[in-house]
Amino acid sequence: MSEFLLELFSEEIPARMQARGAEDLARLVGEALAPLNIAAIDPIYGPRRIALVAQIDKSVPAASIPERGPRLTAPDAALNGFLRKQGATREELRAEGDFWVLEKTSPAQPAATLIAERLPALLRRFPWPKSMRWGGSSSFTWVRPLKRILCLLDGEIVPFDLNFGGDDGHGLRSSNLTEGHRMMSPGAFTVNSAADWREKLLTHHVVLDAAERRRLIAQGLEKAAAQQPNLAIVPDSGLLDEVTGLVEWPVALLGRIDDDFMDLPPEVMQVSMRVNQRYFATRDNFGAPAPYFAFVANVEALDGGRAIVGGNERVLRARFSDARHFWDLDRARSLESRLPALDRVTFHIKLGTQGERAGRLSRLAHHLAVGLGADAGLAARAALLCKADLSTGMVGEFPELQGIMGSYYAAHDGEAPEVVKAIREHYSPKGPSDAVPSAPASVVTALADKLDTLAGFFAIGEKPTGAGDPFALRRAALGIIRIIRDNKLRLHLREQIGFALSARLEYVPEILEFLLDRLRIQLRAEGARHDVLAAIGEDDDLTRLLARTEAVADFLTTEDGANLHAAYKRAANILRIEEKKDGAITGEIARDLLVLPEEQALMAILDGLAGVSKLLEAEQFRTAMTEMAHLRVPLDGFFDKVTVNAPEAPIRSNRLRLLALVRSTIDQVADFSRIEG
Amino acid sequence: MGNAPSFQEMILRLHGFWARQGCVILQPYDVEMGAGTFHPATTLHALGEKPWRAAYVQPSRRPTDGRYGENPNRLQHYYQYQVIMKPSPATAQDLLLQSYREIGLDPALHDFRFVEDDWESPTLGAWGLGWEVWCDGMEVGQFTYFQQVGGIPVILPSFEMTYGLERLAMYVQEVENVFDLDFNGNGVTYGDIFLRAEREYSAHNFEFSNPEMLARHFTDAEAECGSLLANKLALPAYDQCIKASHLFNLLDARGVISVTERAAYIGRVRALAKACCEAWLAGELACAI
Repeated sequence: MSEFLLELFSEEIPARMQARGAEDLARLVGEALAPLNIAAIDPIYGPRRIALVAQIDKSVPAASIPERGPRLTAPDAALNGFLRKQGATREELRAEGDFWVLEKTSPAQPAATLIAERLPALLRRFPWPKSMRWGGSSSFTWVRPLKRILCLLDGEIVPFDLNFGGDDGHGLRSSNLTEGHRMMSPGAFTVNSAADWREKLLTHHVVLDAAERRRLIAQGLEKAAAQQPNLAIVPDSGLLDEVTGLVEWPVALLGRIDDDFMDLPPEVMQVSMRVNQRYFATRDNFGAPAPYFAFVANVEALDGGRAIVGGNERVLRARFSDARHFWDLDRARSLESRLPALDRVTFHIKLGTQGERAGRLSRLAHHLAVGLGADAGLAARAALLCKADLSTGMVGEFPELQGIMGSYYAAHDGEAPEVVKAIREHYSPKGPSDAVPSAPASVVTALADKLDTLAGFFAIGEKPTGAGDPFALRRAALGIIRIIRDNKLRLHLREQIGFALSARLEYVPEILEFLLDRLRIQLRAEGARHDVLAAIGEDDDLTRLLARTEAVADFLTTEDGANLHAAYKRAANILRIEEKKDGAITGEIARDLLVLPEEQALMAILDGLAGVSKLLEAEQFRTAMTEMAHLRVPLDGFFDKVTVNAPEAPIRSNRLRLLALVRSTIDQVADFSRIEG
Repeated sequence: MGNAPSFQEMILRLHGFWARQGCVILQPYDVEMGAGTFHPATTLHALGEKPWRAAYVQPSRRPTDGRYGENPNRLQHYYQYQVIMKPSPATAQDLLLQSYREIGLDPALHDFRFVEDDWESPTLGAWGLGWEVWCDGMEVGQFTYFQQVGGIPVILPSFEMTYGLERLAMYVQEVENVFDLDFNGNGVTYGDIFLRAEREYSAHNFEFSNPEMLARHFTDAEAECGSLLANKLALPAYDQCIKASHLFNLLDARGVISVTERAAYIGRVRALAKACCEAWLAGELACAI
């Protein structure tokens, strides 16, 4: 085996594209060098390079492939044509069956030849998400200008270049050169093996391995925080990943935040630090925001980082004084006074302005609150104000703070605490890991926001497709479901969707079905049986639907449940066959025709089960199932001793009526015919 | 940074540095514009096959950024230092870092970073790939390799560098308020020269401009651009395009443009820019023949 090293050294690659780039390189080189049995491919990436190290065979072995020629009976002209084409003589041919066959041998191909042959085309077609042109001489593109190609086979340069037709490929050709840290170790140096490459890069201030960089950064941040008592970094793994792609030589440093800024909302500080600056927030022992921030420089400065810390502190000061400007300016006006401004903000071209939406949300929240027994005044107020922060300077600057800023400003205006909280929580849950609101006004406002979204977009024909869900309607539906489930809300969705749609009631069934579909998908993912879900059918009260589903599913796992299901199936089968002959079975059961004790026993139990419908109405699903289980023994007895198809026609019909009653009694709980097994 | 250059000294040093790189040192363009990229030396010269190197200061007007001189970091009128080199030299990044050294930012003491930032100007129909250049967490420049201008893919990709001069000077001089910047090293501050202008123009931009007149002028500029293009006068036509763009910014600051209108206005300016670029390119090709 030989060691293969390929490094593509470029100007800075966007952090989010590095890992994918290295994986694509590994995959494509793996395919291109498959004839060399390439193995142990190690993809490597960093801010200025993607690379790989792998093991490959020294050569593609010589091979011999039989090439079939003309038939033995073919005219000489055909045979001569074949020989000319193959550059072979008649003596090299052998007869095999009815045909001439030429044993073509391809000579062994050294690894370097194959690499040099295949890599230029691979690099020309490299699948960067966005590639660019540069310079004046070539149309070869890369994610950012490509500067060097390091390509070594057992330490020897594999020579190739990127010339293509008249295009000079930026004059790029493979070499044994690479570069280290731009500032700390400028200039190119030679490399003679993968180990040498790693070692020299480290002495040239590049930590090559991304996982190692990430570890060093996390460790460095901890250490930086430890410079101050009771200080910890607020964990942020997404930011850690991004920073890993921004530095070759991580140096974690700690900066101070002026006390004057510590009264800014912590969310404002954190967004400003994270989004704009890639800084890590800190907190004290009690979890409260601390007046420090940590960050990762890419250089060990001559002064130990003093100027760098000072500079970053000044940058943050400027950011925070900007934030303070918005914070002060926004609070100079009440949220309520901003409502007219929402009339100038378009929500969607076909769905009007945010102002109109605020009105809709408020009415819908009022209606929902009445239905749920929440304080309708508070809910309507929260829903009216919940979008007002869209016209504030702070949300204009940091859209991700919508809702959060609204709640701060509402509190400043002296709105009720419930309203304040509802404004903050009305976008929740934003995803599967986000918390679900539980305070009544918050629940109602959050539901109103999502129901209005679903109703609006369905009514203008913008429902999600397999291809996309640009208005995040699936997320809205899942939000509604989670809010209802977690709070066990009793809500008739059909009616609420209708209210949200106002005049366009024809969309109610479609929206309800969309919600129920999401719920079924969710329940199946949680392990629910699809046949049980089918048996339960449609119910616009999700909490009731869930209770029934659970009761039925649990019942089926008991022995009583399994046996009753088996007996039900037997009854249903008989009924199906007989109904085919006789048509639907109707009519009252004639008690005087129930002659056998087993028939009478079954009847007695069925009489006793007349109360099941009341239990179901009272949503006593588990009790109803327990009651239902009483059917099992007499039903087994019935099938043991009683011949349904009695010779006397009236007795036969009566027995069928009895079984039909069994079926309809059980079907009150769920359509047991849909249950499998 | 005790010997930090004054604002004007910084410009002089940048002029010196980029002149040594073979750039033509131009003076600001005499039409109001939102960014140095609008200068014909960049927008138009980025097209075509003629190599081109230029550097200049361009006063940039962003009416919505006005804060009546009360915000230490925001101005509705500021200066951009703009460099364009076509085709992009292989040493572009190194040149850039050297230019920072010239104005007192030593890479041995500071943390320079190239952070992904794809540049796009919807009004110019232009885009490119590059970075924000960071120094100690501060954005001190925008570095772009142009890929398309006026909706036309470039033949020779240019390197474009834009420095926000005030922000950079504040950083170099360690000043927290833009109006405290040392302008000439001899007692004159930035505020002495521009504070009153910031107040008056903010009032103009937000309160006292005449939206009906602005809208009319926009339409006029658009029509004029069209008729000049009909006569193959690419450069005068392009002036009208820049004017239309600035008038749109003024209307925007006045808060009289709705979201939907906004997109339509941008589309109209882009159409002008595209037509001007095409006319310019046609002229260049005619010259070449």
